[in-house]
Amino acid sequence: MTTEEGKTLYTLIIFSENVAGLLNEITSVFTRRQINIESLNVSASSIEGLHRYTITCWSDECTIKKVNKQIEKKIGVVRSNFFTSTEIYIQEVALFKLSTPKILEHGEISRLIRLHAGKIVEVNPTYAIVTIEGMTNEILSLFHQLMEWDCVLQYVRSGAIAITKDTRELLDEYLVERKKRFLASK
Amino acid sequence: MTTTKLTGAEILMKSLLAEGVTTLFGYPGGAIMPVFDALYDYRDRLHHILVRHEQGAIHSAEGYARVSGKVGVCLVTSGPGATNTVTGIADAMLDSTPVVVIAGQVGAKMLGTDAFQECDIVNVTQPITKWAYQIRSAEDVAPAIKKAFYIAQSGRPGPVVLDFTKNAQNETAIYKDSKIGFLRSYEAVPPTSPQSITEAAELINAAKKPLVLIGQGVELGGAQEEVRQLIEKADLPAGCTLLGLSCLPSAHPLNVGMLGMHGSLASNVKTQECDLLIAIGMRFDDRITGNISTYACQAKKIHFDIDPAEINKNVSVDVAVLGNCKETVAQVSALVKPNQHKHWRESFNDHLEKENRIVIEPEVHPSDGPIKMGEVVNKVSTHAHEKAIIVTDVGQNQMMAARYSRFTLNRSIVTSGGMGTMGFGLPAAVGATFGAPERTVCLFVGDGGFQMTIEELGTIMENQCPVKIVLLNNNFLGNVRQWQELFFQRRYSFTHMLSPDYSKIAEAYHIPYRLVTERKGLDVAIQQMLDTNGPYLLEVAVMEEDNVLPMCCPGNDVDDMILDI
Ligand SMILES: Cc1ncc(C[n+]2csc(CCOP(=O)(O)OP(=O)(O)O)c2C)c(N)n1
Repeated sequence: MTTEEGKTLYTLIIFSENVAGLLNEITSVFTRRQINIESLNVSASSIEGLHRYTITCWSDECTIKKVNKQIEKKIGVVRSNFFTSTEIYIQEVALFKLSTPKILEHGEISRLIRLHAGKIVEVNPTYAIVTIEGMTNEILSLFHQLMEWDCVLQYVRSGAIAITKDTRELLDEYLVERKKRFLASK
Repeated sequence: MTTTKLTGAEILMKSLLAEGVTTLFGYPGGAIMPVFDALYDYRDRLHHILVRHEQGAIHSAEGYARVSGKVGVCLVTSGPGATNTVTGIADAMLDSTPVVVIAGQVGAKMLGTDAFQECDIVNVTQPITKWAYQIRSAEDVAPAIKKAFYIAQSGRPGPVVLDFTKNAQNETAIYKDSKIGFLRSYEAVPPTSPQSITEAAELINAAKKPLVLIGQGVELGGAQEEVRQLIEKADLPAGCTLLGLSCLPSAHPLNVGMLGMHGSLASNVKTQECDLLIAIGMRFDDRITGNISTYACQAKKIHFDIDPAEINKNVSVDVAVLGNCKETVAQVSALVKPNQHKHWRESFNDHLEKENRIVIEPEVHPSDGPIKMGEVVNKVSTHAHEKAIIVTDVGQNQMMAARYSRFTLNRSIVTSGGMGTMGFGLPAAVGATFGAPERTVCLFVGDGGFQMTIEELGTIMENQCPVKIVLLNNNFLGNVRQWQELFFQRRYSFTHMLSPDYSKIAEAYHIPYRLVTERKGLDVAIQQMLDTNGPYLLEVAVMEEDNVLPMCCPGNDVDDMILDI
């Protein structure tokens, strides 16, 4: 994905130790360079004690390379990599709280939810809760269309999460190599 | 194995000793009192220097580290004690100086309650430290100290802050010294690609007009000898950054002077003419490059650095040689063919001669008129046989000291480069006297910067630190005044400054003092200063509106230097 100003949507996948304050340190790399973070997600990774960050932002290749290195330089960050949208499988979840009377009034609302494979997980006379998974632009498109029906009571997105399509894993070999080098230097 | 439990404060003492610490700079207060109490029993082994302000402690620790290559250690209380070190921490970060700041903190239970003298110093210092960490239990003291010293001094050095809660100082644990283990999230020295070594050597072998840029990384990596061998073997002219000035003897035939804004005309002009730029342990700061978009565009570039984040940060390079330059430069050297660049080297001479005639001679050997800063620096350098450690403050005094001191020994320039911190000089010089007790330490300082940390005269008095203070008094914040003259039509907005009677200040601190106002008294006074044991304050009344030249004005191309005004 590229904008008119030649900016590309990059996704950074970062592994870090689970230490306080690191989120702040990582985001400050973006703010110092005046880069707006589009979305950010942090959760435990599959490796014990390590957190996995997924951060998306619009930037250019030259800048994102520098950002990536400056993040990786932080003590506590194990590894940072950046990807364009074709190199990863990226998903986001959104929750909508919609007005039940409006849904009943306009059949088009239900049609939109079905069209986007939305799931109704709770309904009562006042509201319905709908979840959908998809690419950020798909979710945004649904959101904008629902807004036209004036039926959205609440709306939230999880922030993008991503899995790489490469056949090699991000950390396994890397950490083995690093440890070897550390032991060799002793 | 011992099973005796010690308090966190005692474990700190043992851990510091295990790191080889002998000297600390500090100031006590409520939240660090258990540590100071433990220190009382260790004062024969851990020499604590009581400063007069925590900014003094951190700059002293920096000065100590810069001349000794060891980690400078700073011990302060929570809240204001910790925040008073912030300027120095930022200074150490930009100048890659290994320091460890141990600050007291309120008890863990009170954290986050706005307790008395509580300040979230970890968060305050995170952007300006290599690592900032809070110790909340006595068990954590020894591992935290181990890791702090490892991080501060390995790889690209930098400042570490340890925020030491009071409960962790008082609680007990078993002390066990350990070795640093593998850290998943920190690799001190990045691996060197063998290909980068051969490519660098090929570029050097093919170059007709090579120029080497030597930075402080050479000093930090202890690669002075390796760099000298490389440049001699391939006949490579070399310029030095401000912080790299003492990596190569000033009189070395291949040394073409300081780089950057107030550097030598030859090195800056030739930066724009060379066909190969070989940067070693330097980071292409804007004070070096001038207008970055025109900087050395014609040249291929090799960058030796230990910090991968420096590669292509400001200037894109053709070959990046990652690793410790002591090893990488030697590896490249081995593949470099002996070479001669006589013609290229001789082409520097016109510029050297021109600068000498227009700038240097009138500054260093004026026949009449007021005393000039360059003249004083040059004489001090001569009288100290070019062997002194030169500490500077910031401003014209700094640039003149850098330009007109001659260096023959490594680790001999201590100055605040990246931050340009006024007030750095006096405490840094104090630290230097402890870091290199066998050497002469001369400080050049302006009347503005001297008054910023003048309280450290108390530290000097109490410890009889042999700092030879040369106060270059021009009654102005000279550097700013120069910019006002050049860029603000001489509108001297708040740069004239009234000084106290320094003779009385010196007298109050029992420091020998002399004022020189005339040229003929200068040599004798300098000699007397150097002959006096202990501290000395030599005030020299220098020309009020002197300018540091040549100058590459901010944003201009690096070869566009003004030689006179
Ligand atoms: C802490 C701090 N405040 C302000 C400045 C801006 N500044 C840079 S040089 C300078 C003037 C220094 O004057 P002085 O110490 O008298 O030295 P001189 O330039 O006259 O040698 C000032 C104010 C600074 N570098 N550091």
